[in-house]
Amino acid sequence: MSHAAIQDTPTPLPPSAGGKSLSSRGLPRWAPAGFAVVGILVGVGIGAAAGLDSKVQWGLIAVVAFLVTSYVTTTVVENQRQARDRLATSIVWVCFILAVIPLFSLLWTTISRGVKSLDPYFLTHSMSGVLSSQAGGGVYHALVGTLEQVAIATVIATPIGLLTAVYLVEYGKGALARAVTFFVDVMTGIPSIVAGLFILSIMLMADIQQSGLMGSLALTILMIPVVVRSTEEMLKLVPNELREAALALGVPKWRVILKVVLPTAIGGITTGVMLAVARISGETAPIILLVFGSQLINTNPFDGPQSSLPFYIFEQYKVGEVAAIDRAWAAALVLIAFVMILNLVARGIARWKAPKTGR
Amino acid sequence: MASTTPTDTPPAPPLSPRSGTSTGRAGDKIFSGLSKGSGILLLVIMASIAGFLTYRAAIAISKDEGNFLTTFDWNASADPPVFGIAVLLVGTVISSIVAMVIAVPIAVGIALFISHYAPRRLAAPIAYIVDLLAAVPSIIYGIWGAIVLVPYLAGLNLWLDQYFAWTYIFDQTQPGVARNMLTVGILLAIMILPIVTSVSREVFLQVPRMNEEAALALGATRWEVIRLSVLPFGRSGVISASMLGLGRALGETMAVATVLSPSYLMSLHLLDPGGGTFAQNIAAKFGEANGVGRDALIASGLVLFVLTLLVNGAARLIIARRKEYSGANA
Amino acid sequence: MAKRIDVSGLSAYYGSHRAIDDISMTVEPRSVTAFIGPSGCGKSTFLRTLNRMHEVTPGGRVEGKVLLDDENLYGPNVDPVAVRRTVGMVFQRPNPFPTMSIFDNVAAGLRLNGTVRKSELADVVERSLKGANLWNEVKDRLNKPGSGLSGGQQQRLCIARAIAVEPDVLLMDEPCSALDPISTLAIEDLIGELKERFTIVIVTHNMQQAARVSDRTAFFNLAAVGQPGKLIEIDETERIFSNPSVQATEDYISGRFG
Repeated sequence: MSHAAIQDTPTPLPPSAGGKSLSSRGLPRWAPAGFAVVGILVGVGIGAAAGLDSKVQWGLIAVVAFLVTSYVTTTVVENQRQARDRLATSIVWVCFILAVIPLFSLLWTTISRGVKSLDPYFLTHSMSGVLSSQAGGGVYHALVGTLEQVAIATVIATPIGLLTAVYLVEYGKGALARAVTFFVDVMTGIPSIVAGLFILSIMLMADIQQSGLMGSLALTILMIPVVVRSTEEMLKLVPNELREAALALGVPKWRVILKVVLPTAIGGITTGVMLAVARISGETAPIILLVFGSQLINTNPFDGPQSSLPFYIFEQYKVGEVAAIDRAWAAALVLIAFVMILNLVARGIARWKAPKTGR
Repeated sequence: MASTTPTDTPPAPPLSPRSGTSTGRAGDKIFSGLSKGSGILLLVIMASIAGFLTYRAAIAISKDEGNFLTTFDWNASADPPVFGIAVLLVGTVISSIVAMVIAVPIAVGIALFISHYAPRRLAAPIAYIVDLLAAVPSIIYGIWGAIVLVPYLAGLNLWLDQYFAWTYIFDQTQPGVARNMLTVGILLAIMILPIVTSVSREVFLQVPRMNEEAALALGATRWEVIRLSVLPFGRSGVISASMLGLGRALGETMAVATVLSPSYLMSLHLLDPGGGTFAQNIAAKFGEANGVGRDALIASGLVLFVLTLLVNGAARLIIARRKEYSGANA
Repeated sequence: MAKRIDVSGLSAYYGSHRAIDDISMTVEPRSVTAFIGPSGCGKSTFLRTLNRMHEVTPGGRVEGKVLLDDENLYGPNVDPVAVRRTVGMVFQRPNPFPTMSIFDNVAAGLRLNGTVRKSELADVVERSLKGANLWNEVKDRLNKPGSGLSGGQQQRLCIARAIAVEPDVLLMDEPCSALDPISTLAIEDLIGELKERFTIVIVTHNMQQAARVSDRTAFFNLAAVGQPGKLIEIDETERIFSNPSVQATEDYISGRFG
C-alpha cells in the first residue's frame, strides 16, 4: 500500500494490526514557496545562460521547472498520491498567475504609456487641423461621440431590457417566454460586428447615411440582452412573500411590480445597466461600419459622421507614427479609466444595495 | 400585516367592479402588454437580423463571379466581383480552436483555484480581478497585443519552429514578425478566459457539499476530491462555458484586426503570417468597399452570425438540460 | 483491525464560536457507541472531529487530543487524509457519487489507494456489498448508476463503500434519519453485524434506535442556545435508559426535556 509506514517518523509507531500509520513524513509548509523559488531561479538561469531574449521563454522554463521540482520532491519525500495532489495544486496556482500577468501587463502598459500625452489639452481638443503624424491634437471629439452614442443606446435599451425582464419573471409562461429566454441568451453571443452589419443592411436599404444614431442602434442590440439577463437575476432574488404580501392588500399587480418589486431590486438593476454601459462603451466594430469616424467635433449624433473613443484608438493605431501611437495609448487610458470606474461604481452599488435576502 | 389590513377598510369597495379595479385592470393590461411587447420586440430583432442579413447576402452572392464557399480571394469591390469565404472560415475556426486549447484548461484551473484552492479571504477579490479582464475593451487588447505581445512572442515562435517544426502546425515557412494565428489565438484566449472561468466557477461552487464529503471521508486528497466529485459534476458546465467562450472568440473583431497581418492564403502553419477571420476581414475591407463590396461583407457576416448562433445555442441548451437534471436530483 | 478511541479535553470551534467544550471519553473497540442529545448539542460536530472532517468546514478548528489506540489524530505529523482512510464515515443523507456505477462507487476508495487489478477489485467489491447486505439486490446491475437505487439501498451502498477500504472505525451520522422504517431496520441489523469487525460510533435522534443498536450511549446537552455543547454522561446503554446517574439525562430520555 502506498501509505505504508515509514520507519523514521518522529512519533513512535504503535504496533497496529493493519500496519497503517497516520503520521507520515511531510514536507514543511513553506515547501511550495521553495519550489517556486527553485523554478524561478532555473528559469532565469537557463534563460540568461542560453541568451533567450524573450521573457515568455524564461517564464515557461520557470513554470516547467517549478512543476517538475514539486512533483519529484514530493514523490521522493512523501508518496505519489501526495505528489499528484501537490502537482494539481501547483498547476492551479500557475493557471491563476498566467491569467494575472496579461492583466497587469495590459494595465501597466496603458497607464505608463497613456500618461505621456494625457493632459487637459488632450481632453479638450479635437484632431481638427492636426496631421496624424504630428504631435498634439486631442480626444475631445471622440469623447463627445462616445458619450452621446452610449447615452442614446442606454436610453433605448434600458426600458426594453427592463420590461422584457419583468415579462420573463412576472408574467412569462409558456412557449413565448421560453423562446424569449432562449433568444436573450443567444443574443448575448451576437458578435458586435454582426450587430453593426445588421444596421448597415437597413441603412443600405433605406438609404440612410452614417451617423452617431446608427452606431447607437447597434450598441442597443448589444446592450439589451445584458440588461435583461442581469435584471432578471435581480428580480428573481426578490422574495415571493413580498409580492404576496402586497397582492394580499388588494394592490393591482402592475403597481406591486412598480412599487414593491422594482424598488427592492433597484440596486442590482442599476449595477446591471452600468456594467452593460461599460461593455458597449468599448465597442469598436459597429462604429467603424456605422459612424465612420471624424477628425472634427460633431455634437449632433443624428447627422453626419462622429468619432468615438475606441474608434479613435483604432484610427490612431493604424496611422503608425509615434505621435499617433502615443495618442492611441492616451485615449486607451481614458477609455479604460471610464470603463473601470463604471465597473467599480456598479459593483459598489451592488454590494451597498444588495437585497438582504441575497447570500 | 396582510391579515389585519382588510378589517381596516370597509368590505364592499375592493370588490366593487367600478372603483378599485378599473384603474387596476387597465394598468395591469397596459403594463403586461408593454412588457410582453418588449419580449416580442426582442424576437423581432433576432428575426430581422437573420432576415436582413440573408437578403443582402443573397444580393451579393448572386453577383459573385467566384465561388462563395471555395474561392481563396476577396475582391468584392472589383469588376467583376470575385470573393469567397474559404480562407476566412478556416482562419476563424483555427484562431478560435487555438484560443480554446489554451484558454479552457487555464480557465478550469483558475475556476478551481477560486472555488477550491485559494485562501477563503482571497477568493472573492481574485474572482473580481478575473472579471476585470472581461471589462477591458477589445480594442485595448488589440493594441496591447500588437505593440506588447507580438514582440514578446518572437522568441517563442523561433523556439516552437526549432523544436516542434515536425508537428507541421509549428513549422514556420515564412519568417516574419509574430503577427500570425498563434498570436491571435493567444490573445483571444486571454480575452475569453473570464467568461469560461466565471461560468465554470459557478458550476464548481454548486457541487453538493455531501458529494465532496463522501470523497473526503474515503481519505481522498484535495485533488482526488476534485477528480471524484467536482469534475464529474461540473463537466457539462465546463463544456457549455467553453462554448460560450468559443462564441466570443469566433466573433472577435478588433483584437484580430490589429494583430494579424492578413492575407488570403490558406495555411495551417500557425506561425506563418497571414490568413484572416470573418470579423477581421469585415473591419479591414469596409473602408474601401463599394456597393457590392459591402453586401459581400454582409454575406460573410451572415455566415459568422449562423456560426455563433449554433455555438451559443448549443451552449445554452447544455446549460438548460443540466439545470433540469440537477433540479430533479436535488 | 478495530481500534480504541480515547478522547481527552477536546473542544471544537466554528470561527470564534465554540461548538463543543472539553469532551473526554473512551470508545471501546468492537462495540457500538451511540451519541444522543437535543439538536445543536454538538454531537455531530464531535463525531466529525473523530476523523478530522470538522476542519473541512470553513472556520472549523479543534483543540485537544483524540488517540486512536495510542496515536494522536491531531499530532503534528499526522496527515488528515490518512486519518480519514482509517476512520470511515457514513452520512445523514446517502451520498453515492452520482456519476459512478454501483461497482465504481464501492471501488472508489480502493482505486484511490492504488488497487487497480480488476480481479482484486471485484473481490473486495463483492465482499463489501455482502458485508453491507446489499449484494443480492444489486449483483445483476453492478454497472448501473448508484443514484438509481432506493434511499435505503443507497445508504447501504455508502456503507459498503466505507467498509471497502477496511477502516478501523466507522462513524455514522444519523444514518437512518432520511430512510423509511424498513430500510432503517435493515441498517440497524447491519450495524449489529458490523460491530464484530469495526469500532462503530453512531449519532442518532431516535432514542429507541440508540437503545436497540448500541452497547454504550453518550448523552450530550447544551446549557442554552449559543452555548457550547457538553458531554453529560456516557455509560452502558442499559443503565442510561434505565437508571442514568444525571438528572438531565433522565429528563431528556423520558421526554421531560423542554
